[in-house]
Amino acid sequence: MAGGQELKLLGLWESPFVVRSGIALNLKRLGYEFLEEVPGTKSELLLKSNPVYKKMPVLIHNGKPICESMIIVQYIDKVWAAAGPSILPSDPHDRAIARFWAVYIDDKWFPSLLKIVRAKADDEEEKAEAAEQVIAGLQLLEEAFEKCSKGKDFFGGQTVGYIDIALGCYLGWLKAAEKMAGIKLLDKEKIPLLVGWAERFCSADAVKEVMPEADKLVEFAKLLRGTQNVAAPN
Amino acid sequence: MATAAEKEGVVLLDFWVSPFGQRCRIALAEKGVEYEYKEENLSDKSPLLLKMNPIHKKIPVLIHHGKPICESLVIVQYIDEVWSNNPLLPSDPYERAKARFWADFVDKKVYECGTRLWKLKGEAHEEARKDMIEILKLLEGELGDKKYFGGETFGFVDVAVAPFTAWFYTYETCGKFSVDEECPKLAAWAKRCKERESVSKSVHDPHKVYEFVGKLKKKFGLE
Repeated sequence: MAGGQELKLLGLWESPFVVRSGIALNLKRLGYEFLEEVPGTKSELLLKSNPVYKKMPVLIHNGKPICESMIIVQYIDKVWAAAGPSILPSDPHDRAIARFWAVYIDDKWFPSLLKIVRAKADDEEEKAEAAEQVIAGLQLLEEAFEKCSKGKDFFGGQTVGYIDIALGCYLGWLKAAEKMAGIKLLDKEKIPLLVGWAERFCSADAVKEVMPEADKLVEFAKLLRGTQNVAAPN
Repeated sequence: MATAAEKEGVVLLDFWVSPFGQRCRIALAEKGVEYEYKEENLSDKSPLLLKMNPIHKKIPVLIHHGKPICESLVIVQYIDEVWSNNPLLPSDPYERAKARFWADFVDKKVYECGTRLWKLKGEAHEEARKDMIEILKLLEGELGDKKYFGGETFGFVDVAVAPFTAWFYTYETCGKFSVDEECPKLAAWAKRCKERESVSKSVHDPHKVYEFVGKLKKKFGLE
């Protein structure tokens, strides 16, 4: 436990938003209790801790709930600033760039990825169109990676940072979507830098244990299609 | 001789009625930062805007010593970090997380619901009306009996919500409800905000907003 403090994380590892929180906790080497939700239902604790959206993840620190994945990441970064490398950059302009890309990733890019995951198995047109949008977005992010990484391993430089977490959390689902659509999204020809980055990110200690496997996510998507209840951005 | 605005090196690309742009104006005013305001014609965007925000091509954009910052809440946080007087975000991490949550809530809910309210008819309009009242009540719940969302001081959430007070009249007229009746504490807060110079100088008269929406309705063939 982190110095006698109580940390609980509510969610499911299948949610990329929960993965974000897990990565941030791991980067700061924090112990926490993982309270697994049951797919298709919402626990009383979740409803009580996040009455506005009733969504995961929720981080509960000494009884106080924090909601919205990137807000949770910033909270962890601030409270445990001394416990590990900074997740957000120190320069205000770089921080603004990091926050900008996190908003772009969630508001503009992720909906296209979601379209592939939610598309009917036989709707090839829908999947192809969504795949094109995903790839176009990744090409923008490839340029952003070049600028932000300055030749180092991650968007955050030497260590995993804010944009790494914002985008990297989706890698499990990105690989699952490739299988579901039969289309290559992490294409070395189109986005060589990001493909290299993705490998490094998924091998990072803080990420390895919380990133779900693509095959399991494909099965999970089938299960959810049955209940019509795929997670929307949180 | 360099003007105060030139010395600070701050330019704001904006559109007069945009509540997102107004957030930036309010934040800059709260910090006492001189800046150059550039009004954009959204049907004929300037090369500067297209260069500074190539991905979204939207206002507001803050340009500080030539470097652009986009997305209104990102801009407000940038302003808060660079000019540390009159802090907008609380120093306590938990309170900061709460402030970010509610500012984000405004972004997710208010503008989108407001647009449904003036654009749609019939059942969809009725739903938008119900949603808007619920959104305003949730905001009022967070405000409680405090002077501002930030407590005794005008803070991040106040900056995020204040521009939308000029849209209350439009929402009330389109939705046939009264903010005074449904959310009296929020209505009182809106009045207090208007008394702040940073808000009164940045936010337009509610009737001008209503006129603007009227023009949009005609443009969309809804009148």
